[in-house]
Amino acid sequence: MSVSVKRPLAAAAAATILLAGAGAFAEDPPLFGLGTPATPEQIAAWDIDIRPDGQGLPPGSGSAEAGETIYAEQCAFCHGDFGEGMGRYPVLMGGFDSLTAERPEKTVGSYWPYASTVWDYIYRAMPFGNAQSLGIDDTYAVTAYVLYLNEIVEYDQMIDQSNLADIEMPNAGGFFLMEGPEFERYEPCMENCRDSVEITGKARVLDVTPDDGGQTAIE
Amino acid sequence: MTDKTTRGRAPAPDRSGSRGSGLHGAGPAQTESPPLSPDRRRFLTGTAAAGIAAGTGSLFAGGGKALASNPDNLPPNIPDWSRYLGVGVDANPYGSPVEFESHVVRRSVEWLTATSESSVNFTPIHEMDGFVTPNGLCFERHHGGMAVIPPEDYRLMINGLVDRPLIFTYQDLLRFPPESRFHFLECAANSGMEWRGAQLNGVQYTHGMIHCVYYTGVPLKTLLNEAGVKTSGKWILVEGADSSGMTRSIPLEKALDDCLVAYSQNGERLRAEQGYPIRLVVPGWEGNMWVKWLRRIEIGDQPWYHREETSKYTDLLPDGTARKFTWTMDAKSVITSPSPEKPMLSEGPQVIKGLAWSGHGRIQRVDVSTDGGINWQPARLHEPVLSKSLTFFSLPWSWSGKDALLQSRAIDETGYVQPQMAALQEARGVNSIYHNNSVQTWLVNANGAVDNVRLG
Repeated sequence: MSVSVKRPLAAAAAATILLAGAGAFAEDPPLFGLGTPATPEQIAAWDIDIRPDGQGLPPGSGSAEAGETIYAEQCAFCHGDFGEGMGRYPVLMGGFDSLTAERPEKTVGSYWPYASTVWDYIYRAMPFGNAQSLGIDDTYAVTAYVLYLNEIVEYDQMIDQSNLADIEMPNAGGFFLMEGPEFERYEPCMENCRDSVEITGKARVLDVTPDDGGQTAIE
Repeated sequence: MTDKTTRGRAPAPDRSGSRGSGLHGAGPAQTESPPLSPDRRRFLTGTAAAGIAAGTGSLFAGGGKALASNPDNLPPNIPDWSRYLGVGVDANPYGSPVEFESHVVRRSVEWLTATSESSVNFTPIHEMDGFVTPNGLCFERHHGGMAVIPPEDYRLMINGLVDRPLIFTYQDLLRFPPESRFHFLECAANSGMEWRGAQLNGVQYTHGMIHCVYYTGVPLKTLLNEAGVKTSGKWILVEGADSSGMTRSIPLEKALDDCLVAYSQNGERLRAEQGYPIRLVVPGWEGNMWVKWLRRIEIGDQPWYHREETSKYTDLLPDGTARKFTWTMDAKSVITSPSPEKPMLSEGPQVIKGLAWSGHGRIQRVDVSTDGGINWQPARLHEPVLSKSLTFFSLPWSWSGKDALLQSRAIDETGYVQPQMAALQEARGVNSIYHNNSVQTWLVNANGAVDNVRLG
């Protein structure tokens, strides 16, 4: 037995956030009674996500001063002493005013809209290869250090549960939601659609495609 | 020419064991194995050429060249396989493709990423007929390597704005009424290396971050109903159990519409690299949201703005602003043969083959051009044409032996027309990385070689 949901207005509106919310289940279908209740302890251990308004931040604090040592020991090997990135590992700082450049440098400082994302991501996924090893205070401290590298907080500024959400990121206003379709619908041309065609680029000339010798076949 | 007297004919195997009874396990076991053909012997000692086709030099050889065949196997000669026994039914409990197809593999591009554990490989779509991707060839994209989770240790938690926070075991999930559907999964970055110009000379690399399989799983709606979403709930956060802890925000409306919590692909349980034992299926939407190794679903009243929907999967425009929440994969198509990996072997009758898909629904039409978009003709869409699934198309073509510029253009059921690159660049510049669904051009050279080119 499947239950039909009220459909959104139209497929073309899919890019718009329309929330059915409360009316989603017109009639609640019967419950199967499968699964077991999740205890508060179980939820607390797995529910580690942070939101821009600070929801989810645990009690704790840290400063760039405290984060510098942790960063040097656990982060600098890939991200560089000053967040400049090593090899192809991500650059964490700088790139200010580069978003309109030919080669934008998208970093925490130049691109990321919210400090909460820094905290959340470090806590859940860093250091790469040893995720979820940083404590709560360590995460506040490393977050503060990354923000300090981007001149967003002072070296000795404590960030904690109460003030992280107030930190203003340089590019907080840089994101928007698409309104309506990107391209108008039209009936495409089928005959004599162009006068001529000219080849302006060839991948073969660039020659960055793996050849047989360089290809990594995955077993 | 053969001389019967010099053909080394092996002695006939002893057939004293009653013939045919072995199929039902009743006959006596053969005490003596039949002699092996020379080919079989070579194969068993591991010296078989690892994929004859792969040994023909570069995939991107400067033109078509058919493999030379061995005259011993051709009429009027009798090849070995017509004379000697092959392996029995107990040789391959889980079969693999024949050795001659060993070039049909996922491939990666080393310079794309810092490390292979947070990287991508590519589906060999130029080797696919039809629209179903074999499980072992489905491209992989991990952010913390491939997690391997014993099913008995798997748990899915639902928490947040619900009446009943719940934890499901794998066995729990198998007890809900399932749904099965074909869907394509396309990485938002598919064709992302092609924004500035023709860069990678192979359709596997330009369009291979895609697969399409037959999923079986529980509608997400069913599980959310089990937990009881509160009226304040408007968004869900989906989270993976792997070391990247992948998270994405999804509006509740989509979650209740057609998302699946899937445990099977093409009739068997998910491959580990595809999220075993459980992954999310988000039909028509960018692959990043199809969280693998799904461990938790939280209901909230606003989006989370996590790393994969701020730093990544946002599309930078020339004015420095970026589109966010560009979830749907727009209509797209590509000719998979001819392509750089599939050069032309001869003049005359050919078949142009390809794939088309749209995150908005069904493909309505695919037009093909052989003159760089001056003239078009509709291709044949092979049934079934399904919603938010790959669609296989083909078109007979007689190649004159002269240079030709091949393009395909998809139109979906909403009337959306796949754009040319010029139109897409005008709308988005060249730095948005994601959502490049532009028309692809292949140059068929007079020598049969095929090149990825960009038209002015």
